[in-house]
Amino acid sequence: MKPKNQRLALVAAAVVALFCAILLAMWGLRNQASYFYTPADIAAGKAEQGKAMRLGGMVERGSVQRQPDGVTIRFTVTDGKARTPVVYRGIIPDLFREGSGAVAEGRLDRGVFVADTILAKHDERYMPPELGNLAAEHRAGKTVEK
Amino acid sequence: MIAETGLAALWLAAGLALLQLILMVLALRSQLDVRSTVRAVAVVQGVLTLIAFAMLLLVFARSDMSVALVFENSHSAKPFVYKVAGAWGNHEGSMLLWVTVLSVAGAFFALLSRRTTERTLIAALGAQATLALGFYAFLLVASNPFARLFPAPPDGQGLNPLLQDPGLAFHPPTLYVGYVGLSIAFSLAVGALLTNEVDARLARAMRPWVLAAWIFLTLGITAGSYWAYYELGWGGYWFWDPVENASLMPWLAATALLHSINVLAARGALKAWTMMLAVIAFSMSMVGTFLVRSGILTSVHAFAIDPERGTFLLALLAIYVGAAFTLFAARAATLKEGAPFELVSRETGLVINNLLLSVILGIVFLGTLYPLLVEAVSGEKLSVGAPYFNAVAGPLALILAVLVGIGPLLSWRRERRPVWNRLTVPALLGVTALAITIILAPGMTILPRLGLTVAAFLASASVLPLIGRNPVRTPLATWGMVLAHLGIAVALAGMGMNGAFTSERLAVIKPGEKLMVGPWTVLLKDVTPTAGKNWTALEADLRASRGSGVEILKPETRYFSDPPTETNEAAIETFWNGQLYTVVGKPDPFGGWQLRLWWKPFVTLIWAGGALIALGGALALLGRVWRRRRGEPDWRKKGYA
Repeated sequence: MKPKNQRLALVAAAVVALFCAILLAMWGLRNQASYFYTPADIAAGKAEQGKAMRLGGMVERGSVQRQPDGVTIRFTVTDGKARTPVVYRGIIPDLFREGSGAVAEGRLDRGVFVADTILAKHDERYMPPELGNLAAEHRAGKTVEK
Repeated sequence: MIAETGLAALWLAAGLALLQLILMVLALRSQLDVRSTVRAVAVVQGVLTLIAFAMLLLVFARSDMSVALVFENSHSAKPFVYKVAGAWGNHEGSMLLWVTVLSVAGAFFALLSRRTTERTLIAALGAQATLALGFYAFLLVASNPFARLFPAPPDGQGLNPLLQDPGLAFHPPTLYVGYVGLSIAFSLAVGALLTNEVDARLARAMRPWVLAAWIFLTLGITAGSYWAYYELGWGGYWFWDPVENASLMPWLAATALLHSINVLAARGALKAWTMMLAVIAFSMSMVGTFLVRSGILTSVHAFAIDPERGTFLLALLAIYVGAAFTLFAARAATLKEGAPFELVSRETGLVINNLLLSVILGIVFLGTLYPLLVEAVSGEKLSVGAPYFNAVAGPLALILAVLVGIGPLLSWRRERRPVWNRLTVPALLGVTALAITIILAPGMTILPRLGLTVAAFLASASVLPLIGRNPVRTPLATWGMVLAHLGIAVALAGMGMNGAFTSERLAVIKPGEKLMVGPWTVLLKDVTPTAGKNWTALEADLRASRGSGVEILKPETRYFSDPPTETNEAAIETFWNGQLYTVVGKPDPFGGWQLRLWWKPFVTLIWAGGALIALGGALALLGRVWRRRRGEPDWRKKGYA
């Protein structure tokens, strides 16, 4: 190949690759992104049953119930406007406790959120993105109470 | 006084960086001979940042609570190692580490680089100084690690217990050396574009730096993956978390660069492409730093509320990346393509490697930033996790792994021999592996199955370049390549095995009862309290057996007091054919304990593969440096310029 054509072919290949990446990513994001919902969203029927999603809110005080098998827990997540029951099978993460924020990954099954994972934080200052607001609101609420 | 010394050293270093930049401009505009001065300035600047960093370590080691950073991130009761390691387990300290590595890399470059022309060297050092200046400003204006508190509080607030782990002492600094080491490639590309000296010689000068940074990145990512695996207690080794992606993106770009740089060094081709990758690789390091350090991952809104740091970093990112790309666009047209090549040739193979790596990089980049973009635009919140990355990037990575087996067999410029004949054995092995998985595990999901198939193919194909060669006379760089490619196969095999054959049990049992997982029978003997320096714990005593012999495992739930937190310490026992992974959870009211057990066949291959890849890189680096010492021409001598 002549140098000029070679260069053209390389540029063309790069452009095609770029488009492929964008198309693939868009296709993937459309299908696989899991949206974040609050209990109010779920009460309003915004969330689709059975699709992977995240649920975030505060673990309602006094709502955590251990099931007889010892490894399943049920609790309620609230955002102050609505409540969603959650069921989770597994060892609950270190930072999970009543009255504090939690994000659950899973899907909705007839009004109950079946969680696969309950998120804990990873880095010193890292929090699941969606909880930022709720936690901030919660803190703000606390200072007002004082 | 210690903190003030550190701060003064930082200011001085910033001043020297400015001087280094001015010297570059003078040198490029006139024929002024400033090389020895520039080199000295770069070295002193590196030493000064080292002093500043040492001072930070010292205030942490002494638990000097009058320094705000120590107060916020340390506690006098912490074990000594974690006091010191805590110095970089926070925003300011880690940024100081970043800048230190940046300047020290520049100093080493000034001392060691023999292959570039003086003009390009000075231009590259100027670019490096420009990078350093921005980050000095960031530290001094927005993230001063040496700020004092008055009056000094009696004791600190402690460190996140998750970070109180040997992994913390090793993993972030390694990653940072990798991240920031790429700055040399960036500066050299910028310097060469400025002086119009993009050629094979530049590629040979750049290659050891890229290799070194890439080795550290590989090690850092591997170590980080293992750290997450045992410290989080979830049994997973990669979570596609934005923080993880932030380290993966520079690695992908650096891997592409590492391959295209060989084309430039050997054939003088792919000039523009290689320069662009050099710019992109370090840009990805900066994007990663921005993502992790700006607070934008916490929330787009937190970013808007506390804008100083995030905006500062974003501005630096925009300026550096924007300027580098503008320079690239201005000069790209003047770059002459090097030696031509045919369609079937090693060059084409490397171009395809580069395109696939770039597409994967694009996919990871878009997936990582998409939630931020959507939230910034519409306020809607979403997350992009493993389902997206596995489904979109996974198949491409597998295709790439197949091509890794083929590419090294092609010769430069034009391949005349039929390559397929040589691949018969690997192809048969791949098909055999596929058949075995279909017979033994018909219910297996598609990705692990293909992973094992490709691993078998690649493991055998990757050693083909050595067949028929004298092992002693084969260059070290070739050995390195073979080892690194074999490492990919090994890691892939580990991922496939883990994905397909892991068994998991989660149940509540009382002391004296047993639980089965995979080939193991695990007896819970007892749960007893125990304590460490700043924690107390409940420790389970597990006796695991399969056939003969008993293994003792002691997973813990630890309770830390400063700050009050609780962590699960998994107990992991490694065998030649896998790991037994045990976690103890909460007690139930009837005297039972939650136990979570995994039997993970061959999971260790994942990290062994990562280590092999890094080792391959180290061999290649050794080979390159060795050859240079043995009397390749010194480019600076007259007659080569």
